[in-house]
Amino acid sequence: MHTSLDSSTALQSKLLWAAVAVLGAVAFAIVALNRGEAVNAAWLVVAAVCIYFIAYRFYGLFVANRALGVDAERPTPAYRHNDGLDYVPTNLYVLYGHHFAAIAGAGPLVGPVLAAQMGYLPGTLWILAGAVFAGAVQDMTVLFLSTRRDGRSLGDIVRAEMGPIAGTITGIGILLICVIVLAVLALVVVKALVGSPWGTFAVFCTIPIALFMGVYNQFIRPGHIGEMSLIGCALLLAALIFGKTVAETPTLAAYFDFKGETLALVIIGYGFVASVLPVWLLLAPRDYLSTFLKIGTIALLAVGIIIVRPDLQMPAVTKFIDGSGPVWSGSVFPFLFITIACGAVSGWHSLIASGTTPKMIENERQIAFIGYGGMLMESFVAIMAMIGASVIHPGVYFAMNSSAGLIGTTVEQAAQVISSWGFVVTPSELAEVAKNVGETTIMSRTGGAPTLAVGMASILSSFLGGPTLMGIWYHFAILFEALFILTTVDAGTRVLRFMIQDLVGNAVPAFKETASWTNNLIGSGLSVSLWGYFLYVGVIDPFGGIWTLWPLFGTANQMLAAIALTVCTVVLFKMKRQRYALVTIAPATWLVACTVTAGLEKVFSPDPNIGFVSHALRYGEALAAGQLLAPAKTVAEMTRIVVNDYIDATLAAVFVLVVVATVIYGLISIRKALASPQSTAMEIGFAGAVAGARNA
Amino acid sequence: MPDLQDLFDRSARAASATVFWTTRAARLMIGIPDYETYVAHRRANHSNQPIMTYVEFLRERQEARYAVGKGRFRG
Repeated sequence: MHTSLDSSTALQSKLLWAAVAVLGAVAFAIVALNRGEAVNAAWLVVAAVCIYFIAYRFYGLFVANRALGVDAERPTPAYRHNDGLDYVPTNLYVLYGHHFAAIAGAGPLVGPVLAAQMGYLPGTLWILAGAVFAGAVQDMTVLFLSTRRDGRSLGDIVRAEMGPIAGTITGIGILLICVIVLAVLALVVVKALVGSPWGTFAVFCTIPIALFMGVYNQFIRPGHIGEMSLIGCALLLAALIFGKTVAETPTLAAYFDFKGETLALVIIGYGFVASVLPVWLLLAPRDYLSTFLKIGTIALLAVGIIIVRPDLQMPAVTKFIDGSGPVWSGSVFPFLFITIACGAVSGWHSLIASGTTPKMIENERQIAFIGYGGMLMESFVAIMAMIGASVIHPGVYFAMNSSAGLIGTTVEQAAQVISSWGFVVTPSELAEVAKNVGETTIMSRTGGAPTLAVGMASILSSFLGGPTLMGIWYHFAILFEALFILTTVDAGTRVLRFMIQDLVGNAVPAFKETASWTNNLIGSGLSVSLWGYFLYVGVIDPFGGIWTLWPLFGTANQMLAAIALTVCTVVLFKMKRQRYALVTIAPATWLVACTVTAGLEKVFSPDPNIGFVSHALRYGEALAAGQLLAPAKTVAEMTRIVVNDYIDATLAAVFVLVVVATVIYGLISIRKALASPQSTAMEIGFAGAVAGARNA
Repeated sequence: MPDLQDLFDRSARAASATVFWTTRAARLMIGIPDYETYVAHRRANHSNQPIMTYVEFLRERQEARYAVGKGRFRG
């Protein structure tokens, strides 16, 4: 009886998976092979979702059960250290939400938008393949390693498994990634708010709203988090709606109409204040608002895409596949894989997966659902961003994402230049979009966020509110992105400050005392000056900043992923599970190849559009000859370009060195592991270091 | 109409379960675990030691989320 029941369920299950596979293949063929006519976004969604299900069932579970050897009998840190606070056994779905909210950042929303310059197909393929074979494997494996080590951080794991020198190198890598991530994310916000009184007003309002929420929760009605968040959201919406009036009233608009330089300084100052103030006053309430808004908006966008099912207007592949694109420079390999970092694979996630999540896992069997499944959801967010960028007119897309140095500053110039690229667009079409979203101009709003906002506004307004609400939706999207980017900037500045205090504290022990106000002020000052420098340089960069800095950001993020996957590989060897090590070796090799090639090209490429050094030499020679090269207009701008080029080249070179050094230490550790007859992994808890041997 | 009554009851139960789990998930997203679980843990394992009040618990968790080496991002 039982067997016949089991076999009939097994058959049903097989048929179901076969159906999913066929549906996915059909949808994917439509997306990938269709030429000439517009493809509906629904096919992209169906293809992606089918691929995620199949990948989870047939690859994610394989990696978890066979390669990592999760052990359902082994008590997790949540049980061994249960304190009701940090270590708490937590319901699987609740923890999934926690983990997803922690990994979901601005990256998956911005990277795909920038990658759309090559058409939607190359980026989509990388988002899917990258998530399935690299990103999700990394997140899950790091989560597994940390769960077996009492929830230790990635830095600690590298130190324990690969030695103190490798640990220090990783530490430097993490510090650099923080600096460049904060600078580039802040730059995205600046680019979105320049000359936009509506957006600027709404985003500035989040500060007094957060302060009010902080005081409310601390003194007026302590403990009513939900109530406080609802009031905050209501105030935020009021600010968003009133922003329209501000933008339409010239006397008010003048107060919120800023140049990029001013905005950059305001954000730097704000980052300093937020890092110094107690967390309950500003940081925590903003974090609460941005988390809820982020999850809500992602859900809303998913619903919007499913209901509206817009056509993709961007071609599957554009002529910029050759690397001559105006949004960012460089060919498909390695730069596409650098441009889309989060969404395909993100080193940042390895810090989260070795953060709070491993302390709350109930059972090792849940690692696949949370680690692998969480990343698949993040990848889906990236697919939605790709859809958002592809549903708008390609001419509008290029007008928004090319710097003024390339397309000029008037709609007539821009329409002419962009039409000459083969994306026919009229000046009135460009002006129309700006008017619809309630802005004076949409030209050269680089950084991805405004483009996505236009895409989201066109999707959301076609099922909620119609064209009249287009402006509200556009600024809602800008507000949502700016809010959670600025929350990352606040939290990141604090983290950076602690890292600097820790690093400097090795030389000056008194500096390690985090409670000291002097240390707090100095540490915060150092922290904001580090990322603030790159932010300011990005803002005044005549090339528009994103064009120059985004490849560095991507390289930094992928560098960390390469480090994380290297330590995962080392541990598989130490556990004597090397016969499965290909699951991490393959993505690690790919990421090392991408980051090292990208880093070296950024330093040494003779093409001044790609190589920082050759670019610096070209501008240096022109400067010596007394010439000015576009887009620079003064000698000072020329000098600035040269100096920035050398700093960026140095940074790219350091990234390459960090990756190469980590790989060398990885190989040394693997050799040692192979020489030992039993498991040498430093696991903590049940069965201790012999767990690997037992499983071998 | 017993069927309708049954349907109402089941819907009400499903709705309250959804609210219960959504609230928990939303709280944990901002770094606040379950207070009842904490109290139960303290009662069972540290019965003669003080238990934080709900507000103390919230503040402790808020500090911990952004603290050195404990919070979301660590080196």
